[in-house]
Amino acid sequence: MAYQPDRSQYPQRRVDGRLDIDLASGKYLKLWHGPQHPGITGNMSVELTLCGDEIVDAKTHVGYLHRGFEKLMERRTFIQCFPIVCRVCVPEPDFNEYCYAAAVEELAGIECPERARWIRTLILEMGRINSYLMYLGGQSGAFGMGVIGQWTTYIRDLMLDRFEELTGARIYHMFILPGGVRDGLPEGFEQRMEETLRELESTMKDVRDVLFHNAVFKKRSVGVGVIDPAWLEPYGVTGPNARAAGVAKDVRIDQPYLVYPELSYEAIVGKDSDIYTRADVRYRDLLQSVDLIRQILARMPHEGPVMAKLPNVLHWKIPQGETYIRGECSRGEYGYYVVTDGSGYPRRINVRGPSYTHAVALLEHMIINQNISDVAGLMVSLHTYPPEVER
Amino acid sequence: MKKELEKRTVTGPDGQVFEVDPLKDYFCEATPTVQTGEYLQIVEDLFNWARSNSIWVLGFGTGCGAIEMRPLMTPRFDAYRYGVQWRATPRQSNLFIVSGYLSVKTLKRVVRAYEQMQSPKYVMGLGSCTINGGMYWDSYNTIKQLDDYLPVDLYVTGCMPRPEALLSGIEALKKIIREGRGEGANIYAERFEWYKANQKKVIQDWDMPDYNW
Amino acid sequence: MRDIYERLLKTFSLGELIEQRPDLAFITVPQAQLQDVLIRLRDREGFTHLVLLTAVDWIEDNQFQLTYLLSNREAAVDLGLRVMIPRDEPVMSSIHIIWPTAATYQRELKEMFGIDFLDSPGIDEPFILEGWSDIPPYRRDFDTKKYAEETYSNRPWRETLDPQEHMKKQLYPDGT
Repeated sequence: MAYQPDRSQYPQRRVDGRLDIDLASGKYLKLWHGPQHPGITGNMSVELTLCGDEIVDAKTHVGYLHRGFEKLMERRTFIQCFPIVCRVCVPEPDFNEYCYAAAVEELAGIECPERARWIRTLILEMGRINSYLMYLGGQSGAFGMGVIGQWTTYIRDLMLDRFEELTGARIYHMFILPGGVRDGLPEGFEQRMEETLRELESTMKDVRDVLFHNAVFKKRSVGVGVIDPAWLEPYGVTGPNARAAGVAKDVRIDQPYLVYPELSYEAIVGKDSDIYTRADVRYRDLLQSVDLIRQILARMPHEGPVMAKLPNVLHWKIPQGETYIRGECSRGEYGYYVVTDGSGYPRRINVRGPSYTHAVALLEHMIINQNISDVAGLMVSLHTYPPEVER
Repeated sequence: MKKELEKRTVTGPDGQVFEVDPLKDYFCEATPTVQTGEYLQIVEDLFNWARSNSIWVLGFGTGCGAIEMRPLMTPRFDAYRYGVQWRATPRQSNLFIVSGYLSVKTLKRVVRAYEQMQSPKYVMGLGSCTINGGMYWDSYNTIKQLDDYLPVDLYVTGCMPRPEALLSGIEALKKIIREGRGEGANIYAERFEWYKANQKKVIQDWDMPDYNW
Repeated sequence: MRDIYERLLKTFSLGELIEQRPDLAFITVPQAQLQDVLIRLRDREGFTHLVLLTAVDWIEDNQFQLTYLLSNREAAVDLGLRVMIPRDEPVMSSIHIIWPTAATYQRELKEMFGIDFLDSPGIDEPFILEGWSDIPPYRRDFDTKKYAEETYSNRPWRETLDPQEHMKKQLYPDGT
């Protein structure tokens, strides 16, 4: 039985739509959840107003990680932008590199070689697995199950080893650059990747048993934090959050990019749209990514160039134009809106992160009437990464 | 100044009327003081040895470096075997790892969290951005030198530093503590005015008392 | 894409249709007609998803360009609506009634560009920056390097090389 709040105590609404909350009346309590809080994902905070243990008002505060990327990129040339774009989102940086590279290629009229397209897809799927592993650890940690976080972080480390082998770095790879990728696969990579995937699958079986068949997790997540399917369009919900509500929104299927049309896969859809379903959708999506990596490694070409010929990057000017590139990252639709004005610098780059809508408007809306003890689990279940909200 | 910090009259739930002055009532006004060793040198050395072997880190990921602090807690790197563990609140921890760039908005919270920690306390700057701005050297919203605002014991370079680098940094910090050079809290108390002036220079929206432990 | 444009042209006075890709096009819309165009696109043409709302600063023309990017999942097409507003008096009507999530974008634009959206909820509350008193930072005339040098201290011995100039010297030492 899900938590049923007592609705008789609610604050009235004023004429301007705001809640009539008088803190001095002693009926309400203001509580800051974050930025220094172990139950928070990354560095953001939610200002909660409580009546008893029930939330009556919430406000998301972001900006603790703002570095002004969109401004910094305006004063860097196109090739200088490439090493900083990946730093927009820490746990899944490759999507920034891909979206930026694809946008610049489209505006400059550069064709990415076939082999580079396969390697890009491989890296994006590996990044997706990493991001989901982080999520599974965080979601179970939010409900007090630390051991799953230990397992998934261990498996994530093995994936980071593969990343290191392929790109030379653990977190920020800087591998996908405009025109292609930096290098091909190292020797024996397929075999070591297969070993890692086997290890991952065996751990995922344990996670299935310990997390999804766990009575405590079920009690605390089934029926909690439901996203109404009617909210999807007004609040711009995408990715697993939308798929758990039964809408097969997946950019990989709706508008396929890279080599996705040549791979066989389907949109993972849930039904109930609660925390449990969202975790389940992500779990199944993770296993599908494992399958996709196997398909990619089996079918990718091993010969051919990985890098198109770029003009002299010191004098690289891109004609005037604007474009939008999107892709399906682990949290939803990720996109780059790039405007050029014919000079050697981008005119404007806007990053559309899925967390932007999930963490602010949607969270503020759906957290109302929830119990205070569910806030951490609910926030993690939206899978938001604050750095891409404020950039 | 924010409205809730202003002095005002409040009616309580039972109808009693009283005056509140949040800055005076909720915070401590006393500035930090220098605390010197009171015992024989050999006892102080024992204390320092004990301190160096129980480093409790505040779980406050201020920037991207926080992502490499998570693997440290898992069996592969296992920082627990070095006596390092992560704590949830500033009151229980003695090492503040500033993991990466600090935006001005975060700096305000970092200062507040640092002042709440009990001395002796140590600060470790992680990544190039805490040393000299790093990637964000021309950004309008990130500070460049962390030691202008907090007394830093140790920097770990890199973008990002690997977990091994962090472990080696912690080992180096232990050495510093054992040698009795981990005096960050005392330096902060001695040069309090200077630190506060620097902090106030960048934090435009200064609505907290000078020292709030 | 062309047929949607033809249908819209019957009611609204629109600018040129720029087809960037087969599934992405941009149209310029007059400032006063934007809300009607958006509602029409959402209710009749299936563009139910607001992808993003952002601004571009064309300081030479003394204009801000607002881009409303909409997506139609069924037809797998995207349509960008461009609205030009004067830079001296950047005021725009709010669309938070059509998409509640737009209120977040509008708060960011107010803070970063200084564009005012009338009646948008929470528009005057600070969103990302705290205690900011300079001109809005995403405007072109704001110099972030100068601001950073004035506000934050550098280590005295630090030497900053502009990577591009440095590379030029390395690659072409004779200055060609």
